Amino acid sequence: MGALSTFVVASSPGVPFAVLPALIVVPAVGALLVVCLPRRRPELLKLVAVATSVIVGGMSVWLLKGFDATHGAEMQFTSQADWISDLGIQWLLGIDGISLFLVVLTGVLFPIALLAVDPGHDDRAYYAWLLVLEAGVMGVFCALDLVVFFLCFEVVLVPMYFLIGRWGHGNRAYAATKFFLYTMAGSALMLVGILAVAFLHADATGTSVTFDLVAIAEAQAIDTNAARWIFAAFALAFAVKVPIFPLHTWLPDAHTEAPTAGSVILAGVLLKLGTYGFLRFGLYLFPEASHFFAPVFLTLGVVGIIYGAVVATMQRDLKRLVAYSSVAHLGFIVLGTFALNTEGIEGGLLQMVNHGVSTSALFLLVGMIYERRHTRQIDELGGLQKSAPVMAAVFTLVMLSSIGLPGLNGFVGEFLVLVGAFNAHRWWAVVAAGGVVLAALYLLWAYQRVFHGPAKGDNAEMPDLKLREGLVLAPLLALIVFMGVYPKPVIERMEPAVDALVAHIEEHVDGFHEPTSRFGVDIEGAGDHGSDHADEGDDH
Amino acid sequence: MLDLVWLIPSLPLAGFLVLTFGGKRLGEPWAGWLATGAMAGSFLATVGVFLDLAGRDVQDRRAVTTLFEWIPAGDLRVDVGFLADPLSLTMCLFITGVGALIHLYSVGYMHGDGEFPRFFTYLNLFAFSMLILVLGDNLLLTFLGWEGVGACSYLLISFWFTDEANATAGKKAFVTNRIGDWGFMVAIFMTFFTFGSVAYVDVLDTTAAGTVAQSTATFIAVMLFVGAIGKSAQFPLYLWLPDAMAGPTPVSALIHAATMVTSGVYLLTRVNPIIADAADWVPTMIAWTGAGTALFAATIAVAQRDIKKVLAYSTVSQLGYMFLAVGCGAYVAAVFHMVTHAFFKALLFLGSGSVIHGMDGDQDMAHYGGLRRFMPITAGTFIIGWLAIAGVPPFAGFWSKDEILAFAWNESPLLWAVGLVTAVLTAFYMTRQVVLTFFGRHRFADPRSDEVDAVWAARLAGADEGVEAARAAVVDAETALEVRRGAATAADEAAVTEAEGVLSAAVDALTVAEAAVADVRAAADVRPDLPALALAGAPDVGAVADELPDAVADRAAHHPHESPWTMAFPLVVLAGLSVLGGLVQLPFSSSTKRLEHWLEPTLFHNEVHLSIGAGTLWVLAVIAVAGGAVGIAVAVAAYGQRRIDHTAFERPILAEAWRFDRKVSDFMGGPGRTGFDATAAFDRKVVDGAVEGMATLVRREAGLLRRFHNGLVRTYAVGIGLGAVGLVLWFLSRSSF
Repeated sequence: MGALSTFVVASSPGVPFAVLPALIVVPAVGALLVVCLPRRRPELLKLVAVATSVIVGGMSVWLLKGFDATHGAEMQFTSQADWISDLGIQWLLGIDGISLFLVVLTGVLFPIALLAVDPGHDDRAYYAWLLVLEAGVMGVFCALDLVVFFLCFEVVLVPMYFLIGRWGHGNRAYAATKFFLYTMAGSALMLVGILAVAFLHADATGTSVTFDLVAIAEAQAIDTNAARWIFAAFALAFAVKVPIFPLHTWLPDAHTEAPTAGSVILAGVLLKLGTYGFLRFGLYLFPEASHFFAPVFLTLGVVGIIYGAVVATMQRDLKRLVAYSSVAHLGFIVLGTFALNTEGIEGGLLQMVNHGVSTSALFLLVGMIYERRHTRQIDELGGLQKSAPVMAAVFTLVMLSSIGLPGLNGFVGEFLVLVGAFNAHRWWAVVAAGGVVLAALYLLWAYQRVFHGPAKGDNAEMPDLKLREGLVLAPLLALIVFMGVYPKPVIERMEPAVDALVAHIEEHVDGFHEPTSRFGVDIEGAGDHGSDHADEGDDH
Repeated sequence: MLDLVWLIPSLPLAGFLVLTFGGKRLGEPWAGWLATGAMAGSFLATVGVFLDLAGRDVQDRRAVTTLFEWIPAGDLRVDVGFLADPLSLTMCLFITGVGALIHLYSVGYMHGDGEFPRFFTYLNLFAFSMLILVLGDNLLLTFLGWEGVGACSYLLISFWFTDEANATAGKKAFVTNRIGDWGFMVAIFMTFFTFGSVAYVDVLDTTAAGTVAQSTATFIAVMLFVGAIGKSAQFPLYLWLPDAMAGPTPVSALIHAATMVTSGVYLLTRVNPIIADAADWVPTMIAWTGAGTALFAATIAVAQRDIKKVLAYSTVSQLGYMFLAVGCGAYVAAVFHMVTHAFFKALLFLGSGSVIHGMDGDQDMAHYGGLRRFMPITAGTFIIGWLAIAGVPPFAGFWSKDEILAFAWNESPLLWAVGLVTAVLTAFYMTRQVVLTFFGRHRFADPRSDEVDAVWAARLAGADEGVEAARAAVVDAETALEVRRGAATAADEAAVTEAEGVLSAAVDALTVAEAAVADVRAAADVRPDLPALALAGAPDVGAVADELPDAVADRAAHHPHESPWTMAFPLVVLAGLSVLGGLVQLPFSSSTKRLEHWLEPTLFHNEVHLSIGAGTLWVLAVIAVAGGAVGIAVAVAAYGQRRIDHTAFERPILAEAWRFDRKVSDFMGGPGRTGFDATAAFDRKVVDGAVEGMATLVRREAGLLRRFHNGLVRTYAVGIGLGAVGLVLWFLSRSSF
């Protein structure tokens, strides 16, 4: 990190300091600070950790103000510093409308996760690992250099491995190892891909080796066939991370055994590394290959939506149920991403943020139930609405958001994904829309068994939400309502970047036109053959 | 006034927000008054907007007020905006008007409930969602209201959540509705795909201009129809509505009779240009679905004993009439019947609530009878509602139903015949309900079969106990005898004899006890079964009359009571509306068809015009009235005068709703569940099993590499890294040429 002083801050009007490096450095320094504190002062440790994450959160929220929406397609707050010059590796950071809200989401969720639950033992290591995790995640979302991206992408695994393994529940060692090996194996090939991209790019353009994402993506110099292979290597890493069916089975184990904060961060942020990766290092870096492989991912996305929901329905453990619901929700993101049009991609982006908010809130609530009742087994709960009406009301709101009730956040993303997918590939969207029926089924059924009915045994005396817990949940609840009623400020900031991405794909894929609605063209005959607009575009 | 249209949904929303955060502090009754006030204010705002709109020229009666941009993404631009036109204002008038009355009624009905404020919170949220549904200026905002009312319906059906049945009913309603919502969503996708907009003004005007392909219009219309049959409880998605009666009765009146369930009819009426452009089989399908559902549900209503179940199936049936009207192109008739139905069905539900309230929660009509003496206002108003739904002129229902039947005849005599049979059945089951509830002998003090059974069970148990005791005595006596015989000396002879005497006495006693059991059993076997419906006189309970529990005497002592004014007042107002509702659309001349003129601008000339003469219309009306009279007469003969055996009508298959619900439940609980379980098992064993298998394989085959298999993740990481580097080298050596 000695290179920090040499960071060059560019094109950030009104930014007094290198805010993106700070987003990474501050939590890292916070982690160091925590490690230096005395082990036996948990409240002090927590104070430092929370303060650090609040500062980071504040900075990330402040980005919203500084972000220039009209130039949302351009990288902003960029900063650059040489790192390993011989290999063309540099600290290259920047965000656009695509990464902006993921950075903000990360900034907001970490303080909440830190405040929500105490680790119970080994506080110092716990807080340090969480802060390292935050640094890594911020790095992933801000990195514009492939090597830095990969580094951060992998760094994230280590703290998560320890968080699950040391502070988790039940079968935590198994879950942690499975999580680590599975995702590590997935991303091993990505390193190959990254090196191949850089060298092939240098080869094709005759320039020196660089890992600069924007430079490589804009040049599109790599041979089509090679690009497809490399894309596959990247896609495998992202697919495991998302996770996409059938590579999802690490997720229920990791989610279930992780401590509450771990589940919150895992669901809220880490799953987005994969979907974000698809956008930035899939669609942007390899537009042609993304278009080529789109049918595969569309299909897997739809399968994930239905399959995740069906399996979620039959779960007996609340956390496993939420984990499988994530598989379904992330299926929507994949579907929207590979619809390759503005509505779909934007819907996917919104869904990333919304899933982060809603599922985090769900995990917090399940964690609160677990703290009180020491069980997550649905069968052992019941009638909680009688003893904890406020918690039931909050749970209802979050559940309705997760079901995709219009007026709450979940709907906007899901709807845009489906609209985009319908315009691109009608029948995929028609099937995927069936997922909303199943979502209602598994969540309402779970709610009924946990909160409705007569209260058995200890359930009758379960204490209601405490003020502190309410305050922790409050920002998420506010976001759930706000993003559902007035998503415009968010969409506005995403749209230029998404439009640019779609234009980029159009530019580099022969004969591809963004699949949009037909308005303006002759609507006579629309829908006669259930024809697929994107494919028509290909025929030209 | 027109620019105040936003006030209509805002007042219930404000009520909801205040109650959410301060409802508990307000408590009973202020939470109820606040919610009622919000609705009343909303009604006044609606009247204001209505008067403004009515005062304008016909072509100016459509105004869009945009509040803000909701979802502006890509080509999609969706606003939160309100479309004030004759159709939406008609809906708003009865939603807020009837809604305010039902809010007021609830203040009385929910009195004493521990969660009084929560009830009104949901009720206001429902009203808000319903108003958004009808006022939304685009399909997506309508969909927001559509799902919102569904969520409120869920919350209110499972309001008394500690009862598992209520919770299940709520969930069933939401999930079944979502199946319909799937159709609605797909319709929205197709609409956006075709028109690049989901705003009614764009979509309907473009369609009305006739530039949309028939196949596209067909697709959209069919998908919207799928949505409509979910919300409006038509076959086969009606299944949730009878179960929805688990909610408090005001909810049944407001949501499951007057407003929400008519959303489907509203939606189809709203998009009438799309239906007009769709293939011919689409309206035919709508008409037959409606007619079929109307008849189907009416046959079920005939055999129900639960007062609310009768009304629930009746609602399904009446909604069928509205679909029949839409399918026949009689949109005005559909809206007309929607309005009159809102009046009389809300009245009937609230009346039933008043009866249930007076009967301390009992919903079984077999326990009613003669209640008009105890609750005269409820009885009087209920009778008006009955006359209205039974199609007796000049009550409101007669006019609207008659109009639908005329259009059905216009379309196909077969549709008309189905509608007519349904009308006869409607008159029959509603008369049955009125007679069973308010006329005849009052049966609330009758001993009930479960009580009588309990007495007999107690008797049998007592006799059995006697036998057990006698048996024990015999055993004791035998033991005593053995003991004395064992200690046999001459001197004990007398003692032995005495013991023998005791034993024989004990044996005799046992014989007596066993005979007594046999007697009781025999008596129990020959005792008359209590009639399910004791119409003729108090059931004869025979020998156990004196042993009946106190509850029976209590019921005789505590008469059912009339409800408080908060409940009675809405009944009176709705009764007035049920009498006069027909005035908005009288068929005599063009000038008396006020509703038709009013709605005309929203119907884009898609309203079908009758091609049958006035003479035929009169004949049809006479036949319909005669049919209704037959239905009433038969029901009176069966239940009032007992000249026909009523069990002839109450077939088990009808009482069990043709067993369709059970078949579906069996499928869901059987093969459906098995399929879900199998998928979960597949995930565990196959998908995850493959991963585990891979791990096992690696572990087993790694003999040579065992040194590296030291359990430390970092070693694996190094291995993976080295492997990756190797691959890179290989890759580079291959691809640099």
